[in-house]
Amino acid sequence: MSDGFLATPEASLVIVLVALFAHEPFRWLGGYLGRGLAPDSEIFVWVRAVATALVAGLVARLVLFPAGVLEAIPLVVRLSAAAGGVVIFFIAGRHLGAGVLGAAIILLSLGYLAI
Amino acid sequence: MNGAEDSGVGGENKPGANKAPRGTYRTFRDGLRVALSVPGLILLASSAGFGALANDAGMSLFNALLMMATFFALPAQVVMMDQLARGGSILAGAAAVALTGVRLVPMVVTLLPWIKEERPALWRRLLALHAVAITAWLEGHRLLPGVQEGRRLQVFLGIGTGMILTTLAGTLLGFLLAGSVPPLIAGVLLFLTPIYFLLSLTAAARLPMDWLAIVIGCIMGPLIYVLVPGFDLLLTGLIGGTVAYLAGKRIDARLFGTGEDE
Repeated sequence: MSDGFLATPEASLVIVLVALFAHEPFRWLGGYLGRGLAPDSEIFVWVRAVATALVAGLVARLVLFPAGVLEAIPLVVRLSAAAGGVVIFFIAGRHLGAGVLGAAIILLSLGYLAI
Repeated sequence: MNGAEDSGVGGENKPGANKAPRGTYRTFRDGLRVALSVPGLILLASSAGFGALANDAGMSLFNALLMMATFFALPAQVVMMDQLARGGSILAGAAAVALTGVRLVPMVVTLLPWIKEERPALWRRLLALHAVAITAWLEGHRLLPGVQEGRRLQVFLGIGTGMILTTLAGTLLGFLLAGSVPPLIAGVLLFLTPIYFLLSLTAAARLPMDWLAIVIGCIMGPLIYVLVPGFDLLLTGLIGGTVAYLAGKRIDARLFGTGEDE
């Protein structure tokens, strides 16, 4: 599972197994529960909080401790781009595309100056 | 896109309230065309980000496309890929994937009333379910109310297929670009993924609980990553999410007098 594992057929097997047993069943479960369960029931509210915190943690990890090429761009530039993207998102009336594009432009221009 | 989001959870109670172009979507091909819209473009860019990330992490192109097709949910993919790339435990990665996957349950539950059919063939049902991820879900909620009854599953299958093809094209594009463009451009491609996730979370946040979960997750994630690498996402989700849930309920109770939202 060290270097190069992600390029192997074993990794293909892991990907398919994890998708099939740890991910896809939730879609099937939704299809099954959809007949009876209210989508705003309490358990789903908690689930949303857990998933939100998890993905937020992933975002912070990817920005603070990037694994590859992104490391070459200084931390302060990465943080500025992320913060700038959020600000632009709100200024543009909560427009996802504007925020993503804005963050990319900030990263590109500040990164160009910094490297 | 905001309107679609707000009408998301619980929105099926008042189908008439949804604003959607009427009568313009009738067939599978009409659904396919949705991939050419702005959300489709964002999806193309963010899956290009995934492709670039996969290349950067040392994943083969085949595995990147395989992962895109079998998961069809970017957060879960990046969780699993990052976990494997950093040499973390496969089981902990799978558990974290499952935690991100649970959110698909309410998505399917809210979308189901729109795509119910008398006796759909199993493959149609499975494909429709597989297509449920944030973008197809938002677009489904936005468009399906305006589609004539009896044609909705067909249109949604078109939307889903279009989105899946879009993400595969994006993955391919990002993967190839990441290996051939200057490092700074590759860095920008890689950055698309976290910023897209962050903004999607922000766009979907409605309750104090959601904002708390975002902030707590962003702070706890890196801390736990330093302390307990390999189990950081799992713990961040479970602990941070539960704290946000409980604190959010208290704030709701203070603000609105009751503990319940809505």
